[in-house]
Amino acid sequence: MTSGLPVPSQVGHAGISSLIMDPECSQLLPALCSVLADPRQPVADDTCLEKLLDWFKTITEAGSSLLLLQENPCLLGLLCHVLKPQDLSPRVLSFSLRLAGMLAAQEDCFQYLQQGELLPRLFGEAGPLGGAAWTAPSVRSGWIQGLRSLARHPSALCFLADCGAVDTIFSLQGDSSLFVASAAGQLLVHILGLSLQGPAEGHPGLQTGDWPVCAQKIVSHIEESLRSAATPQITQALNVLTTTFGHCHDPWTQVLWGRLSPLVACLLEKDPVPAAHSLVDLLLSVARSPVLSSSSSGLWETLAQTLSHLSPTQAGPLALGILKLQECPQVLRAQAFAVLLQPLTCVLEATAQAPGLLDSLDGTGGASVTVDTLLPSKAACVGLLCRTLAHLELLQPLPQRPSPWPQAPLLGATVTILRLCSGSATPTSDAGGHLCAFLVGCVRVQRAALDFLGTLSQGTGPRELVTQVFAVLLEYLTSPDSSPTVLKKAFQATFRWLQSSPETPGCSDLDPHAHLFLRELLPVLPKRLCSPCWEVRDSGLEFLTQMIGRWGGQAGFRRALLASEVPELTEQLLRDPESYVRASAVAAMGQLSSQGLRVTPASPEHPGGQQKSLLAELLHILSTDSEGFPRRAVMHVFTQWLRDGHADVAGDTERFVARVLQVASQDLDWEVRAQGLELALVFLEQTLGRPSSHCPYAVTPPVAAPPSSLAQALRPLCRVQLFEFAFRALFDCDRPVAQKSCDLLLFLRAQTASYGGPQGSGSVPEVASVEAALQRWQAGDQGQPLGYLEPEVVVAVLRSMDLEGLRGALAESSDRVEKSPQSLLQDVLATVGALGEDEADCY
Amino acid sequence: MKLYCLSGHPTLPCNVLKFKSTTIMLDCGLDMTSTLNFLPLPLVQSPRLSNLPGWSLKDGNAFLDKELKECSGHVFVDSVPEFCLPETELIDLSTVDVILISNYHCMMALPYITEHTGFTGTVYATEPTVQIGRLLMEELVNFIERVPKAQSASLWKNKDIQRLLPSPLKDAVEVSTWRRCYTMQEVNSALSKIQLVGYSQKIELFGAVQVTPLSSGYALGSSNWIIQSHYEKVSYVSGSSLLTTHPQPMDQASLKNSDVLVLTGLTQIPTANPDGMVGEFCSNLALTVRNGGNVLVPCYPSGVIYDLLECLYQYIDSAGLSNIPFYFISPVANSSLEFSQIFAEWLCHNKQTKVYLPEPPFPHAELIQTNKLKHYPSLHGDFSSDFRQPCVVFTGHPSLRFGDVVHFMELWGKSSLNTVIFTEPDFSYLEALAPYQPLAMKCIYCPIDTRLNFIQVSKLLKEVQPLHVVCPEQYTQPPPAQSHRMDLMIDCQPPAMSYRRAEVLALPFKRRYEKIEIMPEPPPRPTQPTGGKKRKRASDDIPDCKVLKPLLSGSIPVEQFVQALEKHGFSDIKVEDTAKGHIVLLQEAETLIQIEEDSTHIICDNDEMLRVRLRDLVLKFLQKF
Repeated sequence: MTSGLPVPSQVGHAGISSLIMDPECSQLLPALCSVLADPRQPVADDTCLEKLLDWFKTITEAGSSLLLLQENPCLLGLLCHVLKPQDLSPRVLSFSLRLAGMLAAQEDCFQYLQQGELLPRLFGEAGPLGGAAWTAPSVRSGWIQGLRSLARHPSALCFLADCGAVDTIFSLQGDSSLFVASAAGQLLVHILGLSLQGPAEGHPGLQTGDWPVCAQKIVSHIEESLRSAATPQITQALNVLTTTFGHCHDPWTQVLWGRLSPLVACLLEKDPVPAAHSLVDLLLSVARSPVLSSSSSGLWETLAQTLSHLSPTQAGPLALGILKLQECPQVLRAQAFAVLLQPLTCVLEATAQAPGLLDSLDGTGGASVTVDTLLPSKAACVGLLCRTLAHLELLQPLPQRPSPWPQAPLLGATVTILRLCSGSATPTSDAGGHLCAFLVGCVRVQRAALDFLGTLSQGTGPRELVTQVFAVLLEYLTSPDSSPTVLKKAFQATFRWLQSSPETPGCSDLDPHAHLFLRELLPVLPKRLCSPCWEVRDSGLEFLTQMIGRWGGQAGFRRALLASEVPELTEQLLRDPESYVRASAVAAMGQLSSQGLRVTPASPEHPGGQQKSLLAELLHILSTDSEGFPRRAVMHVFTQWLRDGHADVAGDTERFVARVLQVASQDLDWEVRAQGLELALVFLEQTLGRPSSHCPYAVTPPVAAPPSSLAQALRPLCRVQLFEFAFRALFDCDRPVAQKSCDLLLFLRAQTASYGGPQGSGSVPEVASVEAALQRWQAGDQGQPLGYLEPEVVVAVLRSMDLEGLRGALAESSDRVEKSPQSLLQDVLATVGALGEDEADCY
Repeated sequence: MKLYCLSGHPTLPCNVLKFKSTTIMLDCGLDMTSTLNFLPLPLVQSPRLSNLPGWSLKDGNAFLDKELKECSGHVFVDSVPEFCLPETELIDLSTVDVILISNYHCMMALPYITEHTGFTGTVYATEPTVQIGRLLMEELVNFIERVPKAQSASLWKNKDIQRLLPSPLKDAVEVSTWRRCYTMQEVNSALSKIQLVGYSQKIELFGAVQVTPLSSGYALGSSNWIIQSHYEKVSYVSGSSLLTTHPQPMDQASLKNSDVLVLTGLTQIPTANPDGMVGEFCSNLALTVRNGGNVLVPCYPSGVIYDLLECLYQYIDSAGLSNIPFYFISPVANSSLEFSQIFAEWLCHNKQTKVYLPEPPFPHAELIQTNKLKHYPSLHGDFSSDFRQPCVVFTGHPSLRFGDVVHFMELWGKSSLNTVIFTEPDFSYLEALAPYQPLAMKCIYCPIDTRLNFIQVSKLLKEVQPLHVVCPEQYTQPPPAQSHRMDLMIDCQPPAMSYRRAEVLALPFKRRYEKIEIMPEPPPRPTQPTGGKKRKRASDDIPDCKVLKPLLSGSIPVEQFVQALEKHGFSDIKVEDTAKGHIVLLQEAETLIQIEEDSTHIICDNDEMLRVRLRDLVLKFLQKF
């Protein structure tokens, strides 16, 4: 198989080789190569070929490819073998091409392969290029990727020129497979960069006429494509240039842009502008390039020209791109912003808003575009408005956003859009009538507008506009026609606006304006909490939780909330049939209770007498709920309660923690168990006399002076059986739980150390029995409980355990064994072997 | 072809179509909004209602105080409620050949038409339409007859007096034609004239027109109708729905290629989405009951109530309402609930498949089994012993003028804990509530109307592409209260032709072809009916043939015919063979004689003399009868 190739010398490489590939793999490799070369043994899964290539890549990057070939002649054998006319699968052929390219990336190995004429046979006209296998896209893709890896050194450039590969790459740019076409474009960029690395570097003045032949050929091809009448070709050329300028900021790009920019500018003279999206991408790529934007004089003019030539839909992304640029002339920014705002100007115009708003939006002062030309059909109108709102939403928080930011007109336009969507706006013109007909009930626009409205809460606005904002939000929250997703967004926007509304001076309560709104909003909330649609109930509860979290301590809000049916309804939703709703209800109830807003249990409407305490109710959910979400929510609430010193918990904290840990340890959901550890950590921190590090401002239960001895300090932890829980978690089958437990125990060990003194001297037999039990647990037998442990025993066990080692082991990914190259090779062989056995069975 | 519009109500249509030689009535809806002008009929003596002050004119004249009573600033007629009938004067209704009914809500005026106008034709409707229509009529008659009212007010109807009355009585139209409710006897007689039909069944009318009912998706057995001759097709779309509720889905494809599409019965609340309204209904119901209040749902005994019960079936457990009793009170409650389960073939696919399991198609069966839903013919009897509060009561009539609902309004109206939820869109809820004011109970308006909205109509019209659309005038402009909502009207090309009550519309038909059949045997002469009423026919359809033209038969031998032509001085004759016969070409006279198996055409250029000569020559070869 290796005839024609010189036998490489092996002297001096033996020491390195062992670093490259371990002997087990070297032993398996010949079998693998022969399997791959055998058409009767098809490789079932091509992901393993990808993994093999990844492995070869690491090997070749770490060491000498030549040596690899020398030590494993089977590889060369495989490469020669695939060239023989036979019925080989395209996958293997593609694999071989990519492998060859990878190996030839190193110049010495390239020369070695060249000597045997192997590379021309693989990548030249005589190879798969001319054969039937070429019809498979994977082969074409393999060919390109092979060349992409190979093209690393000047010799490779000569090779590419000699074998005529560049022409083939040109034609592959228009390949039917998008992956192949895109890879071909990127390969061209790579070759161009490679060919100019040497000569043109450092010589920005160098003309393209002096460039290497290969580069000149590519540039001519791009020029030709740009002059073409066919849009696909123009797109290809523009994409190549975009990638080039995006990745490479060498001085030669300046020369290239200087030569090609007139051709690009010519595209703007065509009507319609061809390949507009790609053109926008290119211009933005040029503008972002530090080399090009600083030097090219006509760039800003071209951008301005493009903005005015493209349709509003096409110009939107360009305008956004321009506004995101760090350095850009003010005039162009103003023009771009005007383009971006055009659709909103249209909306305001169509509904005849106050002229003041219009002036400030229409920055260009030029002829305003009418609704009819801007919004010809419903689909176009909806698409454009959604994009515009999304663009503005992206722009709003950026430091380089246009200044002054037209907050008021934007608010006005967004409110108008929302009112058009709900049918409550009264358009005054025909255009407005059309717009109204397009937008009524359009959920997409409603969602986009509510998102943007929420973002606008970051700024301020005139009082009357803010009033309108709250009015439109209330309209959406009240309307039975609001879809669940729209309602969710409306809740989110409402919360953001309430959050941003100014607080009354001297008192941290909501301002009277927001209060008024709240008074109208609270009657809506119960209805939403009773909705037959669970998504609505869920987002209602989420909103409520946010609200209580933010204003739960404020008198006005408390009064309004307690006067409503909301607290009672929330409690009823703890028994909702939908688990997400139960989870949200748990969170909301946790908040209500923390803030002392829970309705007193015994009410005249519940003559049944004593209602269950919330703690009991939540514990019931934790131990019986069939779904994980509500149980996780309960654990979060409990952790928060413990942290905050909630009254129900503070009464008998130990009993509470013991009970929760006991239930959590039996939970099937690992997140619940992990949260249990979080709760244990909080308790631990509180018991050891240190305020929680997580929430330094939280109210902690009054902790007496730090316990004087370690045993005394650890006793409460032992009483709540925290160690049993933590040790169990240490050997949990879910890694995050084990890791968390390990961290907790390490923390605890560090804490015990700070007490000083050799106090970990429990009676030896007891320690041994605990260690034995832990070993059984580690082996998977977690049946037997540890029972009550004395603090001394705990300390002794902690000190004797190799927690650091365990943490190291846990830090390694669980599939590290499966990921090893040896395992990969074995897998491939085993799969093929299994296939062979099946065949035998058939006979 | 003409359309006589007898009702101005867009969802309770009554139109007469004269098509070919037939007179077809399309629906006969009864406008019951007139009852809103009357005082409610309480089942038990209501001191409040009976003590209402009489109304007197501004000058203090109190001669109307026996007939008109005042309540919270509104004036009501204290009499048996009356209904506004379709126009009976516009066309002689005895000439109507058939009545096509599209759904059970659109047949409530049937007894007035079939029993009092000399109607002798046939009524076509599907079985569920008839059965449920009967229930609606039975309920209506029962509601009115069980509370006999001695007084009958008519003085106020005097035109000179009516002018002096306050609105809305002053503006009520054609009060002189308002009629009391029919009797059960009339109902039975009317229903006996109905012939049952199935979807897609073709019914021949006198050999001239074929009518076919199609599923319309709105209610059990609801249909649209195709009325077609050999070359013309009229589609009548009335009360259709594209939503997935209980009935079979709408058949749209068969409506294609219509010359004229008459479009009625769109949703009355185009801005309210039924899904949102059901959500609103459920939430309000839950909130009220949770606070210990009762919920009253004024409704018809069939239709939306099935969907509401299905929604509640899914909702009550999630809302923790499993222990709340649901009562359905109507003289026909039991029949309605049972009928709904037996019309499997008229139900949507999902429900049909349940029947094969076998399971009842509607879940209200389970609600009844588990005692969550109980039904009673009236609030007297068993109901009073079972009744426990808080509860939800479904009962009629949605106008709040008669039926058990009147009692519940009186009973629960004083407490703000209770809620009345309006789901039927036929009556303005504010007007319905007027005689109960002042009212403490909460009122929620959740109209659920599943009929087509304007977006759906616009898609439908694009899909079926009729040449012309005819619709009530209300659909050709945005609703008056929302004049900017250009989306709330029919937008089609050419613009829709609109009609209003008492208008006659000439439909834009171009009759290009007419199919006739020539029988070799003479038909038997029609015998004149000796007695009874002679049916009148409009003279524009069939000319009254006093002298009967002879019938012709036989074939024309071409060679002999050519010879005869030559004899009569025609020269330069050419004969061409065609697939169906021959063409004789008289080149000099520039005339064609097209002889085919079943027809002969003489085509000459405006020369009547020549045509007559040639005709006579042709006739010589044929036998006359």
